[in-house]
Amino acid sequence: MEIASLSELIRRFWLPQGISTYSPRIDFLFTLILCITALVWVLVTVTMIVFMIRYRARPGRTAAYIEGNPRLEVLWTSITAVILIALALLSRSTWADIKEQGPPGEVFYKVTAKQFNWEITYPGPDGKLGTSDDVTVENEFHVPVNKVVRFELTSKDVIHSFFVPWLRLKQDAVPGRHIHVWFEATKEGEYEIPCAELCGFGHSGMDGTLYVQSEADYQRWLKKKYAESR
Amino acid sequence: MSTARAEVPGAGSTGRPQPGFVRRCIFSTDHKTIGKQFLFMALFMMAIGGAMAMLMRWELAFPETPVPLMSWVPEPYMYGGAIPPNTYNSMFTMHATIMIFFVIMPILVGCFGNFLIPLMIGARDMAFPVLNMLSFWVGAIAAVILLASFFVTGGPAAAGWTSYAPLSAVPIYTGVDWGQNLWCISLIVLGISSLMGSINYITTIINMRTRGMTFFRLPLIIWALFITAILLLFALPVLSTALVLLLFDRLAGTHFFLPQGGGEPLLWQHLFWFFGHPEVYIMILPAMGIASEVISTFSRKPIFGYHAMAYAMGAIAFLSWIVWGHHMFQSGMNPALGSGFMITTMIIGVPSAIKVFNWLGTIYKGNIHYTAAMMNALAFVAMFIIGGLSGIFMACTPVDMYIHDTYFIVAHIHYVLFGGSLFAFFAGLIYWFPKMFGRMMNETLAKVHFWITLVAFNCTFFPMHILGMNGHMRRIYNPLQYDFLKPLQPINIFISISAFVLGAAQFILLANIIWSMAKGKRAGANPWRANSLEWTTSSPPVHGNWDGPLPVVHHGPYEYSSPFGEEDYLPQNVETPAKAAVAG
Repeated sequence: MEIASLSELIRRFWLPQGISTYSPRIDFLFTLILCITALVWVLVTVTMIVFMIRYRARPGRTAAYIEGNPRLEVLWTSITAVILIALALLSRSTWADIKEQGPPGEVFYKVTAKQFNWEITYPGPDGKLGTSDDVTVENEFHVPVNKVVRFELTSKDVIHSFFVPWLRLKQDAVPGRHIHVWFEATKEGEYEIPCAELCGFGHSGMDGTLYVQSEADYQRWLKKKYAESR
Repeated sequence: MSTARAEVPGAGSTGRPQPGFVRRCIFSTDHKTIGKQFLFMALFMMAIGGAMAMLMRWELAFPETPVPLMSWVPEPYMYGGAIPPNTYNSMFTMHATIMIFFVIMPILVGCFGNFLIPLMIGARDMAFPVLNMLSFWVGAIAAVILLASFFVTGGPAAAGWTSYAPLSAVPIYTGVDWGQNLWCISLIVLGISSLMGSINYITTIINMRTRGMTFFRLPLIIWALFITAILLLFALPVLSTALVLLLFDRLAGTHFFLPQGGGEPLLWQHLFWFFGHPEVYIMILPAMGIASEVISTFSRKPIFGYHAMAYAMGAIAFLSWIVWGHHMFQSGMNPALGSGFMITTMIIGVPSAIKVFNWLGTIYKGNIHYTAAMMNALAFVAMFIIGGLSGIFMACTPVDMYIHDTYFIVAHIHYVLFGGSLFAFFAGLIYWFPKMFGRMMNETLAKVHFWITLVAFNCTFFPMHILGMNGHMRRIYNPLQYDFLKPLQPINIFISISAFVLGAAQFILLANIIWSMAKGKRAGANPWRANSLEWTTSSPPVHGNWDGPLPVVHHGPYEYSSPFGEEDYLPQNVETPAKAAVAG
């Protein structure tokens, strides 16, 4: 293996770069849970291995007759419960901010999933969705950087899932439902939009691109697309 | 307590002639034979499900290249050995369906449940022996229906083992027609089999315990199977209902799950996971029970916190009904509900942690004998710890938003179902093999199988966490279609090679089973010097389980290294001399 691809591979042992306003909050929770679970794993596994070595059967040894210890049961039950419930409460506000309310939108779109493409609908010059000057493009999702993007997600056929790993965003697209989704991208670039929910034989390969652009580039692109569509 | 009812008329050493071959080996009503039938059916299905896993791993490591030796498979299933996307979708659908419904459930519930319940509670057979026989044969019909779906036009089901509607509800969405219908019918039939089994288990455990066998003298595996049977009884009708509605949508033009007719796709998910989460515990509770028996026996020490262990299983059973929404955090379900399910899901981690701590307490100051059974049981605990801890990531709703539907989830379920349930199966098989077949399994072969399996298992499934952290979606057949997944391909290749080793290692187990059944060392009644009642009768036990009267129980099943015993074990049917003196 080449050195370049090896270092690329090693870099992959952590989360990919986050590019949304909420990605640091999700990465924080991921890292926190990783630290807690890693610590618990080391403590429990090391204890287990020490016991396994220390208390192995040898001639002349006998086991101690211990049936349990109610005080220990209460102790480890309550510690585990406190940690887990604290984690849930800590996660709640992040979840509520991402999926329940979120900031007011600055740009608006409609995303319709179908086997096996994403249809992105942009408002035309009137700036409103649902009017005759709307522009619909397949698999190319252009958004301005540092703007709160809100879109309505739906599906024409089966359930799909809108996934942009770098945004840390995933939301299923359900036929018959119009689900409101928001994100604010903080870094310009091109990012893939795979479908994360099995949607049929073309599921593998269903892939759009999110173009996070400067406001000027974004407006230029939108004008060009509008002109092409007329 | 019910001693009089424990006697099955006509069973036992009543001098009746042994039934003929057909009644003895095929349509047997003997719980021991039925248990073995479930075992062999599950091993057969495991070979098929495992073969599909190997094909999938080939495809993921070397996408769209022909699989060696598979060029004979006709189009459109394969093209000169190359796997097309729909075949790949069918493979992961059938792999999971087979492994969950026709391997782990038949082994843990069908095999160990049938074999152990009467022997460990001191009964001559199940409460309803004919129903028990029907339970197996109906299950076998379900397996035949599922296997038949490989041969219908359009191939077998390809909508995932979760078969989310509308994908599963409209034939054109997957291109699969009767394959999906047969999938539904097979699982409905299997549900009937499981219901017959669960009613039998519950009735038997409540009514047929021998004299002195109080509920809190039951071995933990019996507690586990009792709770599992209750979960089955309440969970499976929900799945059957959902499957019937799905069949109606497919065949009768209804729209239960289709929005164009006013239906609701998420209804399927609610019904499926309302069944599906208890189902997860149906597959792990008996494994926990096996681990408790094996770890206590080979630590020569009482199980630590017997009551806490039993109550923890009860708590898991209760909580398992109110966590299903954690499969649906990103589904479009009201996100406020997600917060509630996050809290219940975090809480269900507590009883599982209690069980792990108590297993550690059991080996503490023990006198640990490293038999192959014990090694597998300890591996179960170690792997279950990883599987349990990784579950916390997806319980956390914001983190789940990122890792949902990625390989992180695939890693988690395999740590719980392979690292958990299957290692417990290996432990239980080696432990009870002498009781089932009258011969010991070969220890050396079992240990070779154990070590290769343990290493290959971790090499296969641990790196999947890394894939998931990079957003690698599950259920895609060619990762190279995505630019961001291309740098991960070396990990995929590593996983696949490990998986091939893991698959190959199972032939050692198979060889050991076949060889040991024929040529293994003859086992005495109690080769492990264990306490529970099945070890008080011959190996294998006679028809009716005990020659002469049923054993009477004097104490719990975990009296190892008791100060009252002369040896380091004290079978449940042996009265403690010192205790008897004190009481007298």
